[in-house]
Amino acid sequence: MTEKLLVNPIECEGHGACAELLPELIRLDEWGYPIVDGRPIPPVLERDARAAVSACPTLALRLTRS
Amino acid sequence: MTTATTGMPAEGTATDLPRLLPANGQRPEDWHTHTASYGRIPYRQAPGRLVADIQHAGLTGRGGAAFPVHRKLTAVLDAAAAKRRVPVVIANGAESEPASDKDATLLWLAPHLVLDGLQLAAEAVGAEEAILYTHADRRADVGKRLQQAIAERRAAGSDLVPVQLAEAPPRFLSGQETALINHLGGGPAIPTFVPPRITERGLGGAPTLVQNVETLAHLGLIARRGPRWFRQVGTRTEPGSMLCTLRRADGTPRIAEVPLGMPLRDLLGPAGNDGAVLIGGYHGTWAPAGEAVRLTLDNYSLGSIGARVGAGILIALPPDRCGLTETARIVRYLALESAGQCGPCLNGLPRMAAALAELAGARPRRQTRADVERWAGLVTGRGACHHPDGTARFVRSALITFAAELDRHERGQCGAANPRPFLPIPRGSARTEQDWL
Amino acid sequence: MSGINSSTVLWYASRATGVVALLLMTAVVLLGLVVTRQGKVPGLPRFAVTGLHRNLSLVAVVFVLLHVLTAVADGYVNLPLTAAIVPLASPYERLWIGLGAVSLDITIAVIVTSLLRRHLSRRLWRAVHLLAYLSWPVAWLHSISSSRDMLHSWMFLLAAGCALAVVGAVGWRLAAASRDVPRAERVGLLMTAVHDRGAFRHRPGGGR
Repeated sequence: MTEKLLVNPIECEGHGACAELLPELIRLDEWGYPIVDGRPIPPVLERDARAAVSACPTLALRLTRS
Repeated sequence: MTTATTGMPAEGTATDLPRLLPANGQRPEDWHTHTASYGRIPYRQAPGRLVADIQHAGLTGRGGAAFPVHRKLTAVLDAAAAKRRVPVVIANGAESEPASDKDATLLWLAPHLVLDGLQLAAEAVGAEEAILYTHADRRADVGKRLQQAIAERRAAGSDLVPVQLAEAPPRFLSGQETALINHLGGGPAIPTFVPPRITERGLGGAPTLVQNVETLAHLGLIARRGPRWFRQVGTRTEPGSMLCTLRRADGTPRIAEVPLGMPLRDLLGPAGNDGAVLIGGYHGTWAPAGEAVRLTLDNYSLGSIGARVGAGILIALPPDRCGLTETARIVRYLALESAGQCGPCLNGLPRMAAALAELAGARPRRQTRADVERWAGLVTGRGACHHPDGTARFVRSALITFAAELDRHERGQCGAANPRPFLPIPRGSARTEQDWL
Repeated sequence: MSGINSSTVLWYASRATGVVALLLMTAVVLLGLVVTRQGKVPGLPRFAVTGLHRNLSLVAVVFVLLHVLTAVADGYVNLPLTAAIVPLASPYERLWIGLGAVSLDITIAVIVTSLLRRHLSRRLWRAVHLLAYLSWPVAWLHSISSSRDMLHSWMFLLAAGCALAVVGAVGWRLAAASRDVPRAERVGLLMTAVHDRGAFRHRPGGGR
């Protein structure tokens, strides 16, 4: 089961916690909003991805199963 | 009301055009002429039965996205069965793109074709209510005509489900599917995040079918005449006819019903060899006229320059106008029409608008063009809807098509003689929440 | 009270855990305010502000439970356990115990809804979370009215300090919120700002 990261851009307020926890897959643009790598998450990063999802104060970041 | 011309057939194609627009040209059809020409509505007596015909016909949405209609019908049917909820059908006549007038024209001239299609679509998905969504600015003409048409049908007892009229606020986004449903649900006409898809959870949480009014008109005719008839015009992969809003260099808009695959050269006319052409409206693609006239009106051909048929808007920019100035005007409008919900769109579009205003002026800074390119890339795919994507596409194609003009501006010159605005922009922008309701 | 016996120990333990709980709750509220305003605590990455806010709230609840259990076990005040969560269940009509119960009830609701956040609507989660603004002052009132000693000792200074911190932080949050731009006005404001080339300073966190 592969998982991917998805941002709800309406809920996202640019707190930036996700990029701190998962810099390999998430970086911030020049306005502070996340640019998310939408490819399947490598297994070694799965724990960090979960932490990033959990750390989002607005629950904008989520994992989708495909 | 925009002048409607009858179909402009290309040579050698089977032509029973026009199909949607009345053959007599300008006279709107009333209930009697409609039933005299078409007869009773060919209901199928149960949900789902029409889907196969629609699939064989290959009907795709005429609202711009060209999504296969049978797949939407099936999605709604499946969701309704899975959740045991009665679906809702919405006819989208919002036509919030300022350069487009084909839906309003269709609703004015042939409302019963749309309403027939709406009934058949409602039956196909098992809906019990239908809504027809039209632009608030057309309340006086189209709105009134529709009220009349609905009253005629009620008197005749022809309809399976009751049809309610609803109005879209004059915002660019109000025709967007999720914004439409948000508005009908009592909120502002701003998009919501998908998932869940509206075919699964839409208005009031029910599976919702949203189809453009022209799509429904075609659907109704396919139910009457069958899929093979529908495929008699168009291309093999993109069958059928469609309504186009044409604005030639002389400026007056015309609505034409044309077969898909028709050469743009025929649509744009002889003057269309000069200057630039905008294909697909304000989320569309600029192309030099010389390139455009070699293409045909279908996604396969237009895809070769990164363009799409969209809602069939073709605009020929007169050679005496500055493409950069027109682009800057439009992008300013598009930026002001952002819902302001998503960081990248909210931040990127106004900056692009300011930068384009600078590029359209004299001696823009060198960095500005690179900034616009960067911002166009940053906003694409990062909003809840495709407003930033479409705007970025429009901007990028302008930078390519008007590259020579850009160079001239950098030297302090401009190739255009006529400063008068050409592309239509509605007056007034959204200032408060009220403007979105 | 003469001599140190188990009852005295429990009584002190109840006091101590109560004080720690109040301090922790104060920290939780302050951190929560920092999160909503996207502020930064020097030295702490952003994810840690959220993480600390959540973790400290759980630690605080643990201390409140210890505070309750020691108080019940201590015979000095006859308290049924239910009084901890059912206000006014205590037979001694002690208003201040009822206040503690109200505060604990709200805290439990906030924590439970937060743990189940993914399954609840945003509106519900937010509505319950906003009750935290009620829970803290109620807990504070419970603290200072729990004994007359409080009003004369260093504990009062502590309580006053906590109150000042929370009131100050809430004031800061309200002031900042009054400068928030409603959605429908954001794009217009940004358009004006960017067209005034140079007048616009790019803020991290964007145009909101």
